[in-house]
Amino acid sequence: MLVPLAGGWNPLLGRLALDQIPYNNPILAPLFVVVALGALALIALITYYHKWGYLWKEWLTTVDHKKLGVMYIIIGLVMLFRGFVDGLMIRTQQVWANGPDSSGVFGAVHGYLTPFHFGQVYSAHGLIMILLAATPLLVGFMNIIVPIQVGARDMAYPYLNALGLWITAAGAALIMASLFIGDFSHNGWFGYAPLFEIQYSPGVGVDYWIWTLELLALGTSLGGINIIATIVKMRAPGMSWFKLPIFTWASLSANIIALTSFPALQLALALVASDRYLGSHFFTAGLGGNLMLYTNLFWIWGHPEVYFVILPAFGMMSEIFPVFSEKPLFGYITMVAASFAIAGVSWLVWLHHFFTMGAGPEVNSFFSIATMLVGIPTGVKVFNWAFTMYRGRLTFSAAMLWAIGALFLLLVGGLTGMMLAIPAINYMVHNSVFVVAHFHSMLLVIVYAVFGSVIFWFPKVFGFKLDEYWAKVMFWLFSAGTVGVFVPMYMLGFMGETRRLDYVFNTAWHPYLVAEEIGIFLYCLSVVAFFVLLYVSIRDRVKNQVGQDAWGTSRSLEWLTHSPVPFYNFAVIPHINERDEVAWRRQHGLVQKQPEKYLDIHMPNNTGMALYIGALTFVLAFALTWRIWWLCLGSLVAIIALMIVRSFQGDAGYIIPAAEVERMEKEALAREARIQTGAHPLPAGGRPVPGEAIAYERQDKL
Amino acid sequence: MSAHSSTDPKTAVLWDTHDHGHDVISTRTFGFFLYLLSDGMIFATLFAAYGVLSYSHSYAAGPTPASFVHPWYTFLQTVALFLSVLAYGMGMGGLKRGSKSGLLSGLLAAFVLGVVFLGLDIHDMMDLADHGITIMTSGGTSAFIFLTQTHAAHIFFGLVWIAVMILQVMIQGFTTDTVGRLLSLRMFWHMQAIIWVFVYIFVYLWGYMS
Repeated sequence: MLVPLAGGWNPLLGRLALDQIPYNNPILAPLFVVVALGALALIALITYYHKWGYLWKEWLTTVDHKKLGVMYIIIGLVMLFRGFVDGLMIRTQQVWANGPDSSGVFGAVHGYLTPFHFGQVYSAHGLIMILLAATPLLVGFMNIIVPIQVGARDMAYPYLNALGLWITAAGAALIMASLFIGDFSHNGWFGYAPLFEIQYSPGVGVDYWIWTLELLALGTSLGGINIIATIVKMRAPGMSWFKLPIFTWASLSANIIALTSFPALQLALALVASDRYLGSHFFTAGLGGNLMLYTNLFWIWGHPEVYFVILPAFGMMSEIFPVFSEKPLFGYITMVAASFAIAGVSWLVWLHHFFTMGAGPEVNSFFSIATMLVGIPTGVKVFNWAFTMYRGRLTFSAAMLWAIGALFLLLVGGLTGMMLAIPAINYMVHNSVFVVAHFHSMLLVIVYAVFGSVIFWFPKVFGFKLDEYWAKVMFWLFSAGTVGVFVPMYMLGFMGETRRLDYVFNTAWHPYLVAEEIGIFLYCLSVVAFFVLLYVSIRDRVKNQVGQDAWGTSRSLEWLTHSPVPFYNFAVIPHINERDEVAWRRQHGLVQKQPEKYLDIHMPNNTGMALYIGALTFVLAFALTWRIWWLCLGSLVAIIALMIVRSFQGDAGYIIPAAEVERMEKEALAREARIQTGAHPLPAGGRPVPGEAIAYERQDKL
Repeated sequence: MSAHSSTDPKTAVLWDTHDHGHDVISTRTFGFFLYLLSDGMIFATLFAAYGVLSYSHSYAAGPTPASFVHPWYTFLQTVALFLSVLAYGMGMGGLKRGSKSGLLSGLLAAFVLGVVFLGLDIHDMMDLADHGITIMTSGGTSAFIFLTQTHAAHIFFGLVWIAVMILQVMIQGFTTDTVGRLLSLRMFWHMQAIIWVFVYIFVYLWGYMS
């Protein structure tokens, strides 16, 4: 039943053997030492400050949507950094390995990466940036913001939310494990049939790729269910559909895409796994397999996925522009319609990823026109944002700069996308770095929106603002880097440079490659600026403390509760009267008006179960990768057993009595008053901790 | 400021001081319904793959469904599964009356009939393997076996779930948790029967006819 393997296998360890550890690799071995030392230092620091209990009680076992969101964003930022380093390695290899006279080190004929290693680097770069950077960052923001924006105490399913996070973390851990144990896939992040078949890729790289994607797809589907149910079922009274904040609308449309498209990915990869493990013939080159079936199935997920990540970014921009233009969002209804139009069309365009498949003019024309249709709702959005700013009272704060940057990038990426939608052009630039530059422009829209949102919503979550000066320095360095890398890349695409080259033969391209290297150096500086930004902001956190309405011109419901948001979100659930509830209350002097009485609050208990199951999914995926069958069976049975145990336990939750709510609210209001007067920014008898309010002691025992 | 300001700020209700709460069972079953949609997408994709891999060349000159499916044998499976869903539905009638024994006997019958379905399926697969028809034979048989066994795997996990629910209702009785789960499980079990209709028509009957 199981396919024969090249290389060794034993029942105890599967394919795992000592020679799979790259201890003699001149790049990976030192990296491993650095990572190991970093991990040891972190463990030592946590132990030194006696923070294990805090970490366990407040973060690892939490079901609080804000903390889970923060952890999603931390995973996203860490993986964004890892993906960036991969990008840096790719750019450096190309500028180095240029022309026949270029030198080679570390066993490479040209440059410093062997073709096999280079293949792993760009495959990991693509997979990480899309599924482990963009997706967790956006899911993190949806996690934090959506429940508050709809006036809920938590997500519809807090435990499922924690499970989604830990499965995502397991996916991140698996791809990191592939750095130091075995190899990663060298097939590109989307995989090529039949290259990923076991005959042509006999190592474990492709298996790592399969199970990482499966874990991430599972985590994201679970998150999608949760967010949709939260929006549909948990809205505050009075919040009819067209009073929904625009980011919540964007999240809804995005998660409908996620829920319906990720199963296609799960299945496509399950079929690849079936080929590699059971010897079936779905995508093999012989015995009735169909190579293009894989490419179709993958992109049936792949293109909706692109809109799954871009729509929340559009939602973030739609939140940022009105606040810093001091105007309501222009064309709210058309914005909603545009989001759902994009979500709908996302299902009809997958074939434009491979016009050159040779499907014939009718099919290509259909997908070409469908792709161009995307430009209409996207254009509606661009004009809506422009009209939101038109005659507004604009503040060019750092968050606004990132949003405007995203708008410009969207124009560049969108217009080059329209070019690529024409099959005649597509045939010319197919597989060139022009395509690479196009989709980087689009994905950078997300990065810009995310950094804008980090600055915009940071005070909501932690109670103090990020430093404006360093946020702007980072913005300009990052934007200079974007121009430096991607303008030459568009040009090289027109000149005919194909993508994924570990060796660039044409020395005439050298100046462009150098320009790209300078661009990536500027990106490096922006990363440094980001760390300085974090350091300076945390150092000055007392000075930068803010009250509930951090920007003074905020509009949607999350700005009605305190900053940082208490773990119960709202002491009393607000009744919604207007679309921009906070702007309306501020206009009529109602923001400071507190509820007359407080009620008991019912909250879910913390649980370690989600963490255990998440860890076991990692074990399962690792065992599958290395074909350790006893461990596969053991971890699968353990997962099912834990789920059954959890179902017998249930969760009755716990009650915060009204008097306790009143006490915490008074404390928060007193803090607010201190910040307003600026008299005593420090709470009595101690330094403020970042996130002091989300770290309120919980009443449940754990 | 905004064009749609219509509420009078002086009389507007600002807080939900009665805390209306949320209907737990309705929220949970809604989420489970969303999960079933995604499950439906898995099968939709699988049917698409099956369609692509059911041309004559997909069988690489090997056996095709016309030569190895047995519609009457599979019809027995259909009857078993449909009776199982019916038994589950009768059990839920017991829940409506508040009768624990009514529910448990319905669930038990559903479980036994589900086991019959699965047993017939496993026997069929062993039989095919004896005739040299496995997932490794050709692209077409890969799709045939993967599709039918994905459905069978759903039935297997459904049976585990039914067994757990029998125990849970025996121990805990009708609580918010168990009733919500019984409703979700009912949707799941019904969904598998609906998918089986498609499997039976498009894989077994269509395969036999072509």
